[in-house]
Amino acid sequence: MLTVRGLVVRYRDATALDGVSLRADRGEKVALIGPNGAGKTTLVNTLSGILRPAAGEVRIEGRLAHVPEGRQVFGTLSVEDNLLLGGWRSHRRDVAPIYALFPALGPLRRRRAGTLSGGEQQMVAIGRALMADPELLAIDELSLGLAPLVVQELADHLARLSAERGMTLLLIEQNARLALDLCDRAYVLETGRITIEGPCRELRHDPAVRHAYLGGAVRA
Amino acid sequence: MSAFIDYLLVGIATGCTFALLGTGFVAIHRVTRVVNFAQGAFAVLGGFFAETLLSHGLPHGLAEVLAVVAAGGVGLLCGLVALGWGRVPVMASLVITLGLSIIAEAVTLLIWGGTPISYPGLGGRDLVILGAQLQPQYLLLIVVTVVVLAGLAAWFRWTNLGRALTACASNPYAARLVGIDLNRMGLLAFALGGMLGGLAGVLMTPLIPMTYDGDVQLAINGFAAAICGGLVNPVGALVGGLVLGIGEQMVAGYWQASAETGVALVVLLGLLLWQALRERETMS
Repeated sequence: MLTVRGLVVRYRDATALDGVSLRADRGEKVALIGPNGAGKTTLVNTLSGILRPAAGEVRIEGRLAHVPEGRQVFGTLSVEDNLLLGGWRSHRRDVAPIYALFPALGPLRRRRAGTLSGGEQQMVAIGRALMADPELLAIDELSLGLAPLVVQELADHLARLSAERGMTLLLIEQNARLALDLCDRAYVLETGRITIEGPCRELRHDPAVRHAYLGGAVRA
Repeated sequence: MSAFIDYLLVGIATGCTFALLGTGFVAIHRVTRVVNFAQGAFAVLGGFFAETLLSHGLPHGLAEVLAVVAAGGVGLLCGLVALGWGRVPVMASLVITLGLSIIAEAVTLLIWGGTPISYPGLGGRDLVILGAQLQPQYLLLIVVTVVVLAGLAAWFRWTNLGRALTACASNPYAARLVGIDLNRMGLLAFALGGMLGGLAGVLMTPLIPMTYDGDVQLAINGFAAAICGGLVNPVGALVGGLVLGIGEQMVAGYWQASAETGVALVVLLGLLLWQALRERETMS
């Protein structure tokens, strides 16, 4: 589904990604964790074509939709307009399935997206991405700034999407615990390089991962 | 009393031309962040295009519509040069539009000469409204402006393309993510600005003869109208245009005509100060 090989991305003189390789198979849930400034957002911005790689290869079979960090809804437009704009490429006009997935958005459809709570905005951002009918959904910082209960609810929705529609998921997260619980496989990105990779259930017990990302005090 | 009504009606009509120009400023600025100094030139060219087409025997209506479309083409060209397919910084684009307006003035002078032009507007007897006499062209100007601005608002709200333009203004990064091409939208905005400016010129030339160098004054008035909506709100541009138009007519009628442009500049200065103060307030 997604294959990245030897990806190098530079901002002027600084190298943000230095030979990153990763893959995600169809229907797989893959986590990308790592500290601030490791290059996670750079990677997903490169996948969606906002940034150009200096070297390496990105192959995506199918459509990618990107839920950006900070949600980035169209704040001055209504929830419904946000969703409709998500269908710009796919020409999809039918928003009903999104309201079925996120019933909380139904009553808010005429509200300006900028006036919603963080969790509601994240639903709009995910709904907007789903309107592109993606085979691959990349979510940058699902949990950032959201209450734990809201995050759990969104995570359940994503697990269901993946299970029911076979959608491939790339979850970029600072909250490693959430990512490792939700996903099948994970990559750890540090200063532009993949340092650890493997199935999530193994990484949960990996001493290096536990020390750096799970506060070192996680129960097995 | 009838003098007052007269000034009011003429003020509303001239205010409508300012509103059209102001909406052009807004349409371009929201999407590209560029203040397009060539906005006045679109109106001048619109007037000259219409006059040339009419003098070549095209019927009324068709000539005016073609002139508006041609002005839209000029707007598109301006956008191509000023935006350089997304490779030009906003401040540079702004200076380029200033240069383009000077070039447009020179080209207009070369092609059409320095004599003011005009052509007959909507025929028929003067309308009598509350004792004031009004040429039908004034009414046409008001009606067309209202219809066009209402249509534009509906287009922005309910069509895919209009919504996409609004999306670029709301969040350019997210617009790129959903696959909207910002460069194309910028060009579309310039074409729209060109048509709105051209329409203002086409409608006002029968009332106030158009000169090759009329663009600066039109641009100042249009810009002042646009500033009322913070350069992003078309409704603000309409209100600003009307206030400015009526104010200028009142000053010209009750005081002196030469003070007209001064009014626009004073209003503009006041609005800029007010906006700057308001911004400081929200920041602190």
